[in-house]
Amino acid sequence: MTSSDDVLLHVEKLVKYFPIMRGIIFQKQVGFVHAVDNISFDIHRGETLGLVGESGCGKSTTGRAILQLQKPTSGQVIFEGVDLVTLKPRELRKMRRKMQMIFQDPYASLNPRMTIGEIIGEPLRLHGLANRKESDEQVVVLLMLVGLNPAYANRFPHEFSGGQRQRIGVARSLSLNPSLIVCDEPISALDVSIQAQVVNLLEELQQKFNLAYLFIAHDLSMVRHISTRVAVMYLGWIVELAPRDELFSHPLHPYTQALLSAVPIPDPEAEENRKRIILEGDVPSPVNPPSGCRFRTRCPVAKKDCQEQVPEYREITSGHFVACHFAG
Amino acid sequence: MTELLKVQDLKTQFLTRDGTVHAVNGVSFNLNPGETLGIVGESGCGKSVSVMSILRLIQSPPGKVVGGKAIFDQKDLMQMSNEEIRQVRGSKISMIFQDPMTSFNPVLTIGRQITEPLEEHMGMSIKEARKHAVEMLKIVGIPNPSDRMNDYPHHFSGGMRQRVMIAMALTCNPQILIADEPTTALDVTIQAQILELVKHLRDTLGMAIIWITHDLGIIAGLADRVAVMYAGYIIEEALVKEFYKNFQHPYSLGLLGSLPRVDLNDRHKLVPIEGLPPVLYEDPSYCPFASRCRFKLERCSIEKPNLLPSSLEHRVACWVDPKTGRERQ
Repeated sequence: MTSSDDVLLHVEKLVKYFPIMRGIIFQKQVGFVHAVDNISFDIHRGETLGLVGESGCGKSTTGRAILQLQKPTSGQVIFEGVDLVTLKPRELRKMRRKMQMIFQDPYASLNPRMTIGEIIGEPLRLHGLANRKESDEQVVVLLMLVGLNPAYANRFPHEFSGGQRQRIGVARSLSLNPSLIVCDEPISALDVSIQAQVVNLLEELQQKFNLAYLFIAHDLSMVRHISTRVAVMYLGWIVELAPRDELFSHPLHPYTQALLSAVPIPDPEAEENRKRIILEGDVPSPVNPPSGCRFRTRCPVAKKDCQEQVPEYREITSGHFVACHFAG
Repeated sequence: MTELLKVQDLKTQFLTRDGTVHAVNGVSFNLNPGETLGIVGESGCGKSVSVMSILRLIQSPPGKVVGGKAIFDQKDLMQMSNEEIRQVRGSKISMIFQDPMTSFNPVLTIGRQITEPLEEHMGMSIKEARKHAVEMLKIVGIPNPSDRMNDYPHHFSGGMRQRVMIAMALTCNPQILIADEPTTALDVTIQAQILELVKHLRDTLGMAIIWITHDLGIIAGLADRVAVMYAGYIIEEALVKEFYKNFQHPYSLGLLGSLPRVDLNDRHKLVPIEGLPPVLYEDPSYCPFASRCRFKLERCSIEKPNLLPSSLEHRVACWVDPKTGRERQ
């Protein structure tokens, strides 16, 4: 695989807890939401790491903690050799040029009072990289790059459809020429035919600019399509991480197996012949996660050990990591 | 076979400040007893409005069913009085919705909400209704059903709430269940639970289902027949196996082309449908898909194709045969 100096981002033992407060005047801390708990992974230059899991598993928090939009509780986020967690705000702002984000909701993530030219050009001016005239020129280039007519620069976000707005979000994230883009469910608000347009655009841009993506999604078929490697999260843990085809053809963690078997396939004959693993119950609350293995309450193969011992996150075959006592 | 529900040329419009929106433009389909019909399409294609029109749930104004019939039990639902249609809703035809949070009354216990149709439609006493409701909750897999009767909707998780909604919809033993994207807001593992439940209930209770979704994967595993909607029209309709093997409309082709498969190991580029869905301020006199179609011929922008049989149990509304790229014979 890729050599270690190709590592763009290294996340080490990242933890993010959110305190739960009670009381109005005398606030008291009564517990924590264990949103992200001790996860480690790398992202290499030019690759796409897919991050999948169900709602509330901590995948968006992971993305935000990497960009320092939410300060991690502990752990390291080493980006191009610099630990972002310890940086001062001014230094962090400089680093932010190189890492950008595309948000899920194309309606809420664009300021309705700014023209799209202003939206796309704003990062350039904020970072002092261009004056008004230069940024206007850059906006034209960016709009063409994402497949929008440059004449639209003076229009407002409400004049565009969801797919077009997501293109605007992509153009904004590209304006500072980043090396990493965190895509937080960039296509889940879009219709199927438009999703494919945006995914194709992301793939083209990746090849053109050697971008690395952290692609957060719950749609496993799209993740299989776009990712180089895939990480599966459950209740704040990464339970499995492997190269794409390895993960989808040889899933080792029982949660990954159940997740894959639950995705409907658009082929009636394949559907008929599938063996489905139906998980019982709901995801437990991240306030009081189960002891031992967090998946044990819904796991079809759980034994007594799972209640006491936290499964080690270990490498089974080259590049294939699993956190399960029985895998491998 | 006698059909259970026969919808003919249904048309629904909305009057808005910007003009009349032609949401449904002449939709016709049949539903046979015990059959599951899947209606697929993207947002704004008129799939929800069609079924809401059948149950006369379109708010008027701004909406209005401007034409068509829906024959159920030898009566036209469109011509019924408000009192008559109330007797059908929730008892002979019932509906489950996408968002299980907003479709319950938040200030009533779920027990109260499930027993209401029983007292209303079946004339049960409160005691009988409660007993029946507990039974229904048990069937849909709610643990400790008699205790949970006194809980409020916010006490339930998304998946559990959808189960309660299914219990409520099925409590009067309806002949038709209309499901409007009931699993879209749920996670895949919970979606799989709900789909299994619905399949099981369908096999034991034998009701017919109209299942609306944008997910062609769900339809493949659940439905007997599929209708694809675009811009307020049904543009293709076929038995499920026939459809996935032999889909013919360029839009169906586009939808399936833009879907990656989770079970296959190919990495072909996705083929999206270019352009955007039309805004329905007018009902065009030509094919509504023409502007986005790869196979467009001259005739497509002049004349509108009708939904005509292309083979047994397969109807398609298109001038072009996408296999040859030439006009259909």
